[in-house]
Amino acid sequence: MSCHFVLRRVATALIVLLGVSVATYGMVFLTPGDPAETILSQRMGGDTPSEAAVEEFRQQHGFDDPFVVQYADWMGDVVRGDLGTSYYSGRPVSALLWSRLPNTIALAAASLVVALAISLPAGVMSAANPGGLTDYGSRIGALVGVSMPNFWLGYLLIIVFSLQLGMFPVAGAGGLEYLVLPAFTLGSGMAAVITRLVRSSMLDVLDAEYVRTARSKGLRERIVVYKHALRNALIPVVTIVGLQFSYVLNGAVIVEAVFHRPGLGTLLVDAVFARDYPVVQGVTLVVGVVFVASNLLVDVAYRYLDPRIDLGRERP
Amino acid sequence: MSSRWRRVIADNRLGAVGGVLVVALVLAALLGPAVYPPDPTEQHLTERLQPPSAAHPLGTDELGRDVLARLLAGARISLGVAVLVTTVRVLLGTLVGLVAGYAGGWVDEALMRFVDVVLAFPGIVLALIVAGVLGPSLLNVTLALAVVGWSSYARLVRGNVLAVKERGFVSAARLAGLSPFGIARRHVLPNVMGSVVVLATLDVGGVILATAGLSFLGLGAQPPTPEWGTMLASGRNYLRQAWWLVNVPGVAIVLVVLGFNLLGDAARDALDPREESTLERL
Repeated sequence: MSCHFVLRRVATALIVLLGVSVATYGMVFLTPGDPAETILSQRMGGDTPSEAAVEEFRQQHGFDDPFVVQYADWMGDVVRGDLGTSYYSGRPVSALLWSRLPNTIALAAASLVVALAISLPAGVMSAANPGGLTDYGSRIGALVGVSMPNFWLGYLLIIVFSLQLGMFPVAGAGGLEYLVLPAFTLGSGMAAVITRLVRSSMLDVLDAEYVRTARSKGLRERIVVYKHALRNALIPVVTIVGLQFSYVLNGAVIVEAVFHRPGLGTLLVDAVFARDYPVVQGVTLVVGVVFVASNLLVDVAYRYLDPRIDLGRERP
Repeated sequence: MSSRWRRVIADNRLGAVGGVLVVALVLAALLGPAVYPPDPTEQHLTERLQPPSAAHPLGTDELGRDVLARLLAGARISLGVAVLVTTVRVLLGTLVGLVAGYAGGWVDEALMRFVDVVLAFPGIVLALIVAGVLGPSLLNVTLALAVVGWSSYARLVRGNVLAVKERGFVSAARLAGLSPFGIARRHVLPNVMGSVVVLATLDVGGVILATAGLSFLGLGAQPPTPEWGTMLASGRNYLRQAWWLVNVPGVAIVLVVLGFNLLGDAARDALDPREESTLERL
């Protein structure tokens, strides 16, 4: 892997990040009406704030400066790790992010475990006998999985496992028992996608020279599949699992709302409804940065693990 | 119906199932209120939370409204929003892709970096923010989803344009003095349209899921509008007393989205049999 490629990829990522930060900051200016007035009136419970109060608020928060100046001020603070303070709670945005992040990371990690526990066996078995009953079943299962709205699946699980069987708490966050249903809700959708990936990757590998050699040596099929093929088939899977990050964040917004889990998703939704712009910007920026960084890592890792990949290829 | 589509459906039983589901949605949206006349917003507080019966085939909700009538009215909203959003995405994405691929140079570079920025946010998260900033309403959700999702079309079309641009028949057309617009319309677009149609078919399912999801969060259709996501959200307070309130819209969403996914899969198989199942795209 050439150093040149990594540098070029990092440079592109930096340009994209610059765009992400401008978009994040500029969003507030899309809002209809005067943000200072909207915020003050919401703080006062819907009353119209006095003109003097609005003026003071505008000056205090720099709403009167030109966009470029406001953006530069904001960016300067961001680089120093200061994401501003919430209009509502008055707490620093970074503190809010740090307090919510562990719950979302736990959800993402647990969902990934669920997804792999379903998709690895299903994908391998499908590939071992393509066109067979397992293959057909896993294809239909995967199609239903991607078509399933996770807010409905969440309630189905709540109805069966919390209300009927009383096995898990309905909502909230805390110990492992709070994590099972949300993780399954989010993980099953991921499993649908990863199963198909494992299957096609296994099919490619099972056709390869070294697998045919292993077979012709007279090794048992089970050893060929699990020892020779699966290891190599997992290379693209591992890297593309990294790209599932987007799915996790999309899903976390909804799954956290279903299970009333305090996480980044619920923080964002609440802030959007409250028009708490510093918090919205903080979450947006974190999501954008993490997303760009993980894409960069996946790209680089992919080429590192499999140097045959054409360097000029666009991501699908 | 062209012979190609007939073959697609004949070849692919799952695709046929998808076709049936999609046709059912279209019929429900067009004819539903005519065939089943009860008013989806009329409240009967004496008939709250009635389980399915002859009078109310899918029961009533917390305000005594008929759930079947709301489901049918919701089909109209889901289909309408999905078609509108997908059309805007296709037009916008195709335009950007054509311009980028055809112009090349710094125009291409700038447009594609812009696409990268849009793709740097998970779709629903970005739509949530845009719709939230604009204010909760079905129109704003439609707008947000349209603005957020065109970039994959732009990439697809641009890639195809780059591939076609240097082929003999395009060079010949250029030498023959055809304008870039004419070349794009007559020689480039027909080559790209197949893949765009496949992507769009699969996209419709995603748009329906996203619309319902955003409405579920409270950003889209506002009560009393009978949107499926909104119905599910208000049903969640009655999980114990009225199981049908979350499950009826839930089943409807799954079936419709599954229908579009099956149809899109079949279309892709027919256009390009080498491609694997389309699930990888997600």
